[in-house]
Amino acid sequence: MNVAILRFLGTNCEFDTQYAFEKLGHKTQIIWHEEHSIGEDIDLVVIPGGFSYGDYLRSGSIARFSPIMKSVKVYAENGGKVLGICNGFQILTEAGMLDGALKRNNNLHFISKYQHLSVVNNDNAFLNKCEKGEVLNIPIAHADGNFYIDDDGFKELEENNQILLRYSDKSGNPVVVNGSVTSIAGICNKEKNIFGLMPHPERALESILGSIDGIKMLQGFEA
Amino acid sequence: MRAVVNVFLKDGVLDPQGKASHHALDSLGFEGVADVRIGKQIIIKLETNDRDEAQKEVEQMCETLLANTVIEDYTIEID
Repeated sequence: MNVAILRFLGTNCEFDTQYAFEKLGHKTQIIWHEEHSIGEDIDLVVIPGGFSYGDYLRSGSIARFSPIMKSVKVYAENGGKVLGICNGFQILTEAGMLDGALKRNNNLHFISKYQHLSVVNNDNAFLNKCEKGEVLNIPIAHADGNFYIDDDGFKELEENNQILLRYSDKSGNPVVVNGSVTSIAGICNKEKNIFGLMPHPERALESILGSIDGIKMLQGFEA
Repeated sequence: MRAVVNVFLKDGVLDPQGKASHHALDSLGFEGVADVRIGKQIIIKLETNDRDEAQKEVEQMCETLLANTVIEDYTIEID
């Protein structure tokens, strides 16, 4: 796979993400936000974590207007796959490419820890190597991860199998971590080619660091 | 002209900062606080002297960037 990883002012997970995909045997390139195009040979665009534009105004609200995001929109409209991790998820919701919004965590704290997640739907290009109901252990690190969507929007997510992951305990029961609607940790769009999640799969590739559950998540895109 | 934009979380969207401040006021002994909402104020100086034009322009700014209308409402005062 050829993976394009976007880089904005304040992005800080681009090299972790690059390391992760290269460890899995893929070619990567980092694309500066002032670029205007996504190469035709790109199989996946990743918007990595960080604090683009210092999270000023709202997390992701300014990055979405970067020149490269116009190309990402076109790329996705043509069926290209896009994955937003953490700040990348925030940018995708701000850009209207994913539904809902990410608010300040309900306890107002920056939460940084390993967190169990349960796989809600796997009929998509991202989680197809995971089982439905499987519990993964993946780091989270965010202050604005409190996913909000109104009732109608939530129903639509549920009906179309757009809910990807929920924060859970070890047994897969949903837990409140940041106040997200029904503990949602990640969603996709209706067409299932745009994915966003707050947890960091690229940080869970080495057992010495606590978990290798990120591998099968990122490998999903190989299929 | 000068535009004062106030952006607040919509009614019905939980405002964790407002809630925390409400608790703090309660515990400091300020009685009778029914609700606290925290938002942000954005002050914009505009070159135009046309009130309607200013209003329209700032409305567009709010819809495009200054507010996330999925979770936030805004008010605009022009003076």
